Amino acid sequence: MPMLKLQYEVDGTDFTRAGEASSSVKKNLRKLGVSADAIRRVSICLYEGEINMVIHANGGVIDVLVFPDRIEMVLADTGKGIADIEKAMQAGWSTAPDEVRSLGFGAGMGLPNMKKYSDEMRIESTVGVGTTVYMTVKV
Amino acid sequence: MTVKDVAKILNATVLSGEDQLDVEVHDACGSDMMSDVLAFVKNQAVLLTGLVNVQVVRTADMMDIVCLVFVRGKQPDEDMLAMARRKDMVVLSTSLRMYRACGLLWEAGLRGGEADADAEATV
Repeated sequence: MPMLKLQYEVDGTDFTRAGEASSSVKKNLRKLGVSADAIRRVSICLYEGEINMVIHANGGVIDVLVFPDRIEMVLADTGKGIADIEKAMQAGWSTAPDEVRSLGFGAGMGLPNMKKYSDEMRIESTVGVGTTVYMTVKV
Repeated sequence: MTVKDVAKILNATVLSGEDQLDVEVHDACGSDMMSDVLAFVKNQAVLLTGLVNVQVVRTADMMDIVCLVFVRGKQPDEDMLAMARRKDMVVLSTSLRMYRACGLLWEAGLRGGEADADAEATV
C-alpha cells in the first residue's frame, strides 16, 4: 500500500501554470520527510513531464504514489502521441514550436532529463491516441 | 561567498529575499534555457538568466536555487516576485550582461559548471 496517493489534472491551455503539480508534490514529499536528493529528482522528472504535457498534449493527468522505498509517477495524456520514441529520447531532438523555445523550453532535453533523474522510465505511446510515461525514483 | 556578496559584486538591486542575504552559495550557472538548468544538479546555487517568465522561478524552485539573478536589467513582474518570496528565494537584478556577470562572480571565486561526471556524482 502506498503511504500517499496524489493526483493532478494538468491544464494544457496555460503555460504559466505548468509546474504547479510538481511544486505541490515537492511540498508533500517534504512533509513526509523524504530525502532532499529524492525530492529533487522527483521534482525534475515531474516538472519536465508536466511541461511536455502542456507543450505537446493539451494537458493530462498525473498520478504520484509514494511508497517507503520508492516514488512512482504516471503521466497520462490524450495528445497526439510520439511517432518515434527512440528519436524523442535523443538529447536535442524536439518538435516544440519556436514560441516554446523563447520561454526557455523545447530544447529536446525534457525526456533525456526525465530518464537521467529517474531510476526506471517507460513510455507507452500511440499516435493519435496519447502518451503515458511511467517513472520510478528510488528513495 | 554569501548572497550579499553576489549582490555587491554585480551591483545588483535586491527585489526579494532581503532576509536571506547571509545564505552561502557554492555553485552557479548562467542560462536562458531552463532545461539546461534542470540537466545539472547544483547545491546552494545561483542562477543567472536573461529570461523573464514565471517558469524561471519554478525551475529555480525545483532545483533548490537560493539566488536568482536577472541580467541586462530585466525586471520580473509581481507574480514572479510573490512566488519567489513564498519559496524564500533571493531575487536580484543587475544591469550587467550575462557574460560579464558570470565572469565577475567566477573571478571572485564562485565556481560552477563542473564536468558532467562530477555533476552526476552529486545527484
